Amino acid sequence: MKSVRVVEGRAVPLERADVDTDQIIPSEWLKRVERTGFGRGLFSEWRDDPGFVLNQAEYAGATILVAGPRFGTGSSREHAVWALMDHGFAAIVAPSFGDIFRNNSSKQGLVIVQLPSEDVEALTALVKNSPTLLVVIDVVNLEIEVPQANWRRPFVLDPSTQERLLNGWDDIGLTLRRDEEIAAFESHYAPPSWTGLVDA
Amino acid sequence: MGRTLYEKIWDDHVIAGEGETPLLYVDLHLVHEVTSPQAFDGLRLNGRRVRRPERTLATADHNVPTDPLSVPVSDPVSRRQLEALEENCGEFGVTLFPRGHANQGIVHVIGPELGVSQPGTVIVCGDSHTSTHGALGALAFGIGTSEVEHVLATQTLVSQRAKTMAVTVTGRLRPGVSAKDLVLAIVARLGTGGGAGYVIEYRGEAIRALSVEGRMTVCNMSIEAGARAGLVGVDDATIDYLRGRPGVASGDAFEAQASAWRRFTSDDDAVFDAEVVLDATAIVPNVTWGTNPSQVVALDGVIPSSIDAEADMREAHERALAYMGLEAGTPVRDIAVDVVFIGSCTNSRIEDLRAAAEVAAGHHVSPHVRALVVPGSHRVKAQAEAEGLDRVFLAAGFEWREPGCSMCLGMNPDQLTPGQRSASTSNRNFEGRQGRGGRTHLVSPAVAAATAVAGRFAAPGDLS
Ligand code: SF4
Repeated sequence: MKSVRVVEGRAVPLERADVDTDQIIPSEWLKRVERTGFGRGLFSEWRDDPGFVLNQAEYAGATILVAGPRFGTGSSREHAVWALMDHGFAAIVAPSFGDIFRNNSSKQGLVIVQLPSEDVEALTALVKNSPTLLVVIDVVNLEIEVPQANWRRPFVLDPSTQERLLNGWDDIGLTLRRDEEIAAFESHYAPPSWTGLVDA
Repeated sequence: MGRTLYEKIWDDHVIAGEGETPLLYVDLHLVHEVTSPQAFDGLRLNGRRVRRPERTLATADHNVPTDPLSVPVSDPVSRRQLEALEENCGEFGVTLFPRGHANQGIVHVIGPELGVSQPGTVIVCGDSHTSTHGALGALAFGIGTSEVEHVLATQTLVSQRAKTMAVTVTGRLRPGVSAKDLVLAIVARLGTGGGAGYVIEYRGEAIRALSVEGRMTVCNMSIEAGARAGLVGVDDATIDYLRGRPGVASGDAFEAQASAWRRFTSDDDAVFDAEVVLDATAIVPNVTWGTNPSQVVALDGVIPSSIDAEADMREAHERALAYMGLEAGTPVRDIAVDVVFIGSCTNSRIEDLRAAAEVAAGHHVSPHVRALVVPGSHRVKAQAEAEGLDRVFLAAGFEWREPGCSMCLGMNPDQLTPGQRSASTSNRNFEGRQGRGGRTHLVSPAVAAATAVAGRFAAPGDLS
């Protein structure tokens, strides 16, 4: 994973609540065995609608998605994160998120900015009025800012997620360094057994 | 102070060095074809192995067609994914139950029925409905593909302790009201985000009175309320369910194991971070009307109006009505369906099929309806056939198909076409979930069967 310190770019307002991961990437896209190429499937059922906000020229190339509450609930498919990133999003701003989606995002370096509803609404209004506004998400100081509008809010990330984002750390590499700890645990732990089954 | 069941399992499995992020040791890692190929690829790229192949079990479920086994997988992309699973399990030494194997089935159906999902264990799978296994007193939750790779490589998961919520259901469910109706009521009460950050423990008289399979239906849909996991403490029913299953010991060794499992309940003085209480006697047969599983209405009711919704829900309410092609005020019983699907990890176990067959017996599916029964596993299918349920369904005009996830998510050819309306025993009514443009209503197996016969939403008692 690449290190992420600052996300800077334009933002697109989705203005929908309860956007589940089936909406982010429908199941027909889940048959692929690769990790790339999911961007074309992003919100694919909505993309056919010319009025859908992602089809608006003024939001082309936006890197920040501003969404409604409970973004990314439902299926655990990490394909949702791959699709958002493959499309070019580097951060998602919403009042709340699905737990597994939030976790998956942290593994890929997609920045999750959770703000109170009224702040998300304020940001939505700003970028609806002027789609060209630059939005800056500072992962070091945990602040989101729209400098031209003089609008700035703090946000919270759990410290281990922040550390991993800033350093671009790969979880597996980190855990494998703790191999002795794991082995010590295994040496005194008797896990359940189902050997009979596997032999049969 | 006493500990909750969640805290006991956490304490048994946590590896936490000084100042380090806690790692949770995984006892059982279930793998399926959709969320694993990129994880195995990651191992290969980095020259890593599977740390504990014997703690890992794989099956094919999401993509498999439900046609007779003699018919090859026609979709080349699905076939490729199924082949990739076989290659990966072969290369990394993981036991696989492929399409057609006697132990194959939906991953959350086979874990419990094989007896590998055991009390006090930590179970993970790249699938959000892993919460199902919590019915056996296991801490079981869904993970993403990066985490699948992490568990394959390290047998642990980077984890933060969750908050605990007790959902206490007092009294008994009334006759004709099922575990599915109960969990729809719970999801309606909590909302799709109410369980976020929590592990839910289901408690109270109504939960104790449920069969273990009914508890699985409840735990299964914990994720629909936003919770990562659902739990039910061990009791006699748990132990009776597991006795004699292929994955557990037999005779005295089993009984010794069973008495050790009895500690997997919350202590009487344990404190939960939150508690929600429901009255079981007030719960009725339920149907979802919208596009998220908290949009629930009584089968006896009418489609709700957005005027009655909370202010910030109104727009979503209107969108859902439009997508579903419904008008507020329409009686649920007046809504005709095109397809009935009985299956999925929520409701495809033997008790579900018995409940549906009992309703279907002696009736015939409405001429306008296509009705499918998809058993959760080959073991369920074999048991149902031994009991003659397949003949009941076939005589009533239902299709009797091979096991898999099927129309729960439509990755195989079992899909709704745009605008088609289904009554489905599955767990998600999201837009397009069962096929692009499809409209899904979630119901219990008994209501699904009655609806297939009536051609519109119906309770078993409505059939003459
Ligand atoms: S039956 Fe449905 S919910 Fe269950 S594992 Fe399969 S696709 Fe997921």
